[in-house]
Amino acid sequence: MSDPALESLYREVILDHYKNPRGHGVIEGADAEAEGQNPLCGDEVSIYVAFGEDGQTIDDVKFSGRGCAISQAATSMLMEMTKGRTAEQVAALDKDELLAEIGVPLTPVRLKCAMLGLTTLKVALHKAKGTPLPDGLAGFDELDLA
Amino acid sequence: MAVKIPAKLDARALRREFPIFEQEINGKPLAYLDSANTSQKPRQVLDGMTRFYETSYANVHRAVHVLAERATSGLEGAREKVRALLNAPDAREVIFVRNATEGLNLVAYAWGGNNLGPGDAVVVTELEHHSNFVPWQYIANRQGSEFLMLEIDENGDPNLAQLDEIARDHNVKVVATNLVSNSLGTIHELAPLVARAHELGAIFVCDAAQAAPHMKVDVQAIGADFVAVSGHKMCGPSGIGVLWGRAELLQSMEPFLLGGHMINSVRVDKTTWGELPHKFEAGTSPIAEAYGLGLAIDYLQEVGLDAIEAHEHELAAYALGRLGEVPGIKLYGPPADRRAGVVSFNMEGIHPHDVAQILDLQGVAIRAGHHCCQPLMQKLGVAATNRASFYLYTIPEEIDQLVEGLHAVRKVFA
Repeated sequence: MSDPALESLYREVILDHYKNPRGHGVIEGADAEAEGQNPLCGDEVSIYVAFGEDGQTIDDVKFSGRGCAISQAATSMLMEMTKGRTAEQVAALDKDELLAEIGVPLTPVRLKCAMLGLTTLKVALHKAKGTPLPDGLAGFDELDLA
Repeated sequence: MAVKIPAKLDARALRREFPIFEQEINGKPLAYLDSANTSQKPRQVLDGMTRFYETSYANVHRAVHVLAERATSGLEGAREKVRALLNAPDAREVIFVRNATEGLNLVAYAWGGNNLGPGDAVVVTELEHHSNFVPWQYIANRQGSEFLMLEIDENGDPNLAQLDEIARDHNVKVVATNLVSNSLGTIHELAPLVARAHELGAIFVCDAAQAAPHMKVDVQAIGADFVAVSGHKMCGPSGIGVLWGRAELLQSMEPFLLGGHMINSVRVDKTTWGELPHKFEAGTSPIAEAYGLGLAIDYLQEVGLDAIEAHEHELAAYALGRLGEVPGIKLYGPPADRRAGVVSFNMEGIHPHDVAQILDLQGVAIRAGHHCCQPLMQKLGVAATNRASFYLYTIPEEIDQLVEGLHAVRKVFA
């Protein structure tokens, strides 16, 4: 790649996560799960969470789905970021933390792709814990949850 | 015997009349291959609308001053231009709306809301834009009617035999399809479908949003009962569209939107509706937008719709050939002679959003997504496609730029 703009958006780490997604798969009998869609471009992500014995720590987290490189790579990164944290910590995870990990400038449209996994994971955790969905997630729950 | 010489247009010359092309995008010449999404606007329309605002703008139909008269004649002049373009019998049948979507909603609510009931069916095809799908699905459900789809083949042609199957169990009241598909580009042979719909006693509703920019749309030749078009796809401004309907149907219908201008008289105990077309044009009209649509129609007539159609077939053939050279590409839709300037495709293993973004970095604008045709995407077994679409100002070099861009896309994901 010689185009700097191209290089910055599709940097190696994004393509690596896209081609070799971490935590890709399904957890049968998951403690928490949710399905999210980005209706703008048809990205789909399902996320599965298994808690540890304390019922709070994320022991395992996996995702399945299909979509653009940004949505799938961001979700893959999220799997690595959230394993071992507690549900409460992840529910409070700021999107900037994930954006820093992604590390490329995103247009508003692509931001939706990048946030699909995080939003879906948060919805899964809120559903499992029975806590009300925060404002920004409420519509998401109504529209897209399986 | 006179030999018919096919009309030709000079896209390179026409292109100079569209100011949008006077810029570079991401340091590259702009290859605007998203005209099926919305078209760019020529100076004639942009400057004409500015002049209208500067010299002739006021509200229409209400005041007696000079500006009101000028504005009214601007609006009504545009209505007559639309009538002539669509070969409608009467300008009163031309209703100004925001876009084709609003026109189709008008029919669904104002006709469907009073004529559909249990046992009735509304039939569309798998190839509909959501604008000719969702309103019918909604109104059919609300009225307790069935909402059913005709399957399409790989060219996008609907299975007519299914209409007869549906008619065995239902009273088919509405058949609604597009004339040109926005996603596959298919130009439909509507005659058999219209004839069968009418034999069944159904009305035929035609979404011509993708057709009107590209070919002659003759509402009488189609034999339709309602036809909807959008101004923004045909060199006109956004915010203006047209619903044409047969006068006797429009007269029999209840209004859709209520308020100012659409009334005859208003009393506490009873309000009566205005005459056509005013009954369906509540509130202040999109006055300058309608005027701008009239200018766009003048422009298209001057270039010649036959020439535009021929140009697009040529570009579609060129694009199908050039894109076919790209490894790992899958092309959708009919042969070039059966399609308007629309080519949908997918790159093996690469999501359309990534394709479109990398193309954008090279100055190539295409659409990636489901094109408001999710039922079709389900049929094709994909979440989305890429779509390159052409218009009268499109030149082959833009298609070359697209092909080069796709090679770059493959390199990124190699």
